[in-house]
Amino acid sequence: MNEPQAKIEAALENQGEEYLTFRLGEEDYGVDILRVQEIRGWEAATRIPNSPEYVKGVVNMRGSIVPIFDMRQRLGMEVHPYSKNTVVIVLRVKNERGERNMGVVVDEVSDVLSTQKDRICNTPEFGGGIATDYISGLADADDKMIMLLDVDKLLNQGEQTDSENEDAA
Amino acid sequence: MSIDMAQFHQVFFEESFEGLDIMESGLLNMDPGTVDDEEINSIFRAAHSIKGGSGTFGFNDISGFTHIMETLLDEMRDGRRPVTPEAVDVLLRSVDVLRDMLAATSDDGEVDEERVQEQKAELEQILNGKPGEVATDVGAADVAAQPVGGVEVRPIGWHIVFRPLSHMLRTGNDPLRIIRELAELGDLKSEGDISALPALSSYEPEDSYLSWDLHLHGDVEKQAIDDIFDWVEDDCELIIMPLLPEGEPEAVMVAATAAPTASEAETPVVQAAPPPVEQRSKKDRRSSKDRRTKDRRQSVGSSGGGSIRVEISKIDALINMVGELVITQSMLSMLGEDFEMDRLERLNDGLAQLERHTRELQESVMQVRMLPISFTFSRFPRLVHDLSSKLGKKIELKMTGENTEVDKTVIEKIGDPLVHLVRNSLDHGIEMPEVRLAAGKPETGTINLSASHKGGNIVIEIRDDGQGLNRDKIEEKAIEKEIIDEDHNLSDQQIYELIFAAGFSTADVVSDVSGRGVGMDVVRRNINELGGSIEIESDPGKGSAIIIRLPLTLAILDGQTVTVADETYIVPLVSIIESIQVKADQINRVAGKGETFKLRDEFLPILRLHELFGIENPNASSLEEGLLVVVEGDGRHCGLFVDDLLGQQQVVIKSLEANYQRVDGISGATILGDGSVALILDIPGLLRLAAETGADSAAKQTA
Repeated sequence: MNEPQAKIEAALENQGEEYLTFRLGEEDYGVDILRVQEIRGWEAATRIPNSPEYVKGVVNMRGSIVPIFDMRQRLGMEVHPYSKNTVVIVLRVKNERGERNMGVVVDEVSDVLSTQKDRICNTPEFGGGIATDYISGLADADDKMIMLLDVDKLLNQGEQTDSENEDAA
Repeated sequence: MSIDMAQFHQVFFEESFEGLDIMESGLLNMDPGTVDDEEINSIFRAAHSIKGGSGTFGFNDISGFTHIMETLLDEMRDGRRPVTPEAVDVLLRSVDVLRDMLAATSDDGEVDEERVQEQKAELEQILNGKPGEVATDVGAADVAAQPVGGVEVRPIGWHIVFRPLSHMLRTGNDPLRIIRELAELGDLKSEGDISALPALSSYEPEDSYLSWDLHLHGDVEKQAIDDIFDWVEDDCELIIMPLLPEGEPEAVMVAATAAPTASEAETPVVQAAPPPVEQRSKKDRRSSKDRRTKDRRQSVGSSGGGSIRVEISKIDALINMVGELVITQSMLSMLGEDFEMDRLERLNDGLAQLERHTRELQESVMQVRMLPISFTFSRFPRLVHDLSSKLGKKIELKMTGENTEVDKTVIEKIGDPLVHLVRNSLDHGIEMPEVRLAAGKPETGTINLSASHKGGNIVIEIRDDGQGLNRDKIEEKAIEKEIIDEDHNLSDQQIYELIFAAGFSTADVVSDVSGRGVGMDVVRRNINELGGSIEIESDPGKGSAIIIRLPLTLAILDGQTVTVADETYIVPLVSIIESIQVKADQINRVAGKGETFKLRDEFLPILRLHELFGIENPNASSLEEGLLVVVEGDGRHCGLFVDDLLGQQQVVIKSLEANYQRVDGISGATILGDGSVALILDIPGLLRLAAETGADSAAKQTA
């Protein structure tokens, strides 16, 4: 009789979190769903001159100028031609100067994953070569492993040196 | 003319603190032994601005102190003095002292005179070239850097005795509201006094019989308390006393009068054993300072966070406009519900109306950002007054068009350049009274400061009836400083424009007022950043004038759309001189690479936009196929090579930095009619970019 009650309490204790998952090639990734502002189809962006390879350009999102990054290139994966499934996830990114909106290009959006905290494990150390800085954890979803991305680290990093310069100037 | 200067103090302090941050980080970046010109220039400029501003507002000890720092920096800049770690240390400590001086001045606090004098002495020691002694002094200065207890005691709170007169409630003032507001300032402990309460039979419900003993703890300015009591000061008896850290009598009194158990629970601050009081107050002071610093950082970080005062009439106009827009919208949606072809005319009418309302709405929204330029002008009478007496000149300042409205950003950025220009007129332009009389001119010189609207631009003019620019002297100096060659053939006008070159000054003696050669280059850069231009006119013996043209608003820009391959860019119309198609025989090569072409009497470097921006497959690869847009930036001209010109249009400027970051050569972005994004070129930035990438080795040759 008390069993369901206990279960609910345990579930509440173990606050669930929701992630929007997407695919890059054969791999599954997830981002905190509360950071997702909008999901839109890929459309050509205006190129920004002399920007890093992974910066695809800027688009007009209801009157504001939003940069678009290619997630594959950002993570150092091989480039994949865009198809009709290619989507842009617009994310809210925080840094010390405030919040910004940025879009990332992914192969396709898969699902919303609800998971419990105890099913997220820490990222193992892979050793040299594989950057795990912006993976905040690994979620176990039935038969798949989903890499949860730390949006702030991932999308601010490219600019880190820049903002440091600015602070110093 | 009386103007309340205090309204500008806040701006000055904000700017100065920013300047100090620049100096600090610049000093920290400086490698001993080597002088990075840009770095030291920016430190120097910051010091110069602080000195100028503090002089304007009459904070003489700050300007005096900064002057010494500036002299030292000036010597370092010219390479006359090596940049040693000791000197940098001393400068850094001086920045700290200066920051404290500014903070103290802005909070009406006390300046630690002793420390200022010590730091001054240290600076002067370096200036007199005794590096050894300075090094040994470091320790002493560190000690001095600690706040000296007892010299500056800030109250830990306030004791307020508040006795409303019996009629206060009838004036509509509620004592409770006042107490609530006080409680927001800090930790408030209140105690009511009901001794004046009469027997119920003689109780007058509209009279106030209560009075309060209030203890407010926390780092609170007296001003803040005064503000709260502002409305009732005539309707009450009010005593405000500071609670000093050592002020144990106060604390004891509280403990004695308060009910012992309750007060122990409620006011641990007072009850906590008296001995550590002083220590705690010190810590409080520090933490409050930290908080201040943090607040400031935040406000600097989110630079868009400032507020703006808007006339009610402007808001009303906006609301009207929105109302009209809503009506048009509902009309159109009704029309759209069951549309038939015979209603086409009404649809067209509706759309025309929509367009008109949208445009009007846009204009009124722009109006909100507009402020009269008197915000900037009103600091000048004081400046002219102070400086003219200092220089022993007789000068009258005339101002016209103070009510001309300009964008808020312009107001903020034009202040410093104008100060520089007016000071220059005072110092270099107007002659001494004897000289003027001898030249047959009235003894009193005149400076005219005017602002007006002219064809979509704001024109600001600073005109004096002084001696005009000394062409020969400028030429001589420019040759001496190797800005131009001896065998140049520049027109008079071009010679005058040399004063905008970095590091240029004709003053024989470096004075407190001007002559350091910082200024005119910065002036021009600031004005260019605002999308404006600056011109100079001079009539020897009769006077000179500086004419500044600024765009009416910074949110909208007149642009020329250009294309390269399939990319579209916007070139600001103010930067464009003309657009031409060149013939093969007009093009010359410098060292086989840099291309130049001859336009009338000038050789201009050619910048190929597709090379600078890495655009693949431009339609026009040879210069004859495309077009050259002759642009001007930072006083340099060049031909920007593009595929084609599309058309001119007004574009709304959107920030790239809001969601991304600054991009070299790009000042912003805009949204075109089809919803796509086009980038707006920053011509001066583009020229710098070209210089960095070495693509314009030709430009250096001709400049």
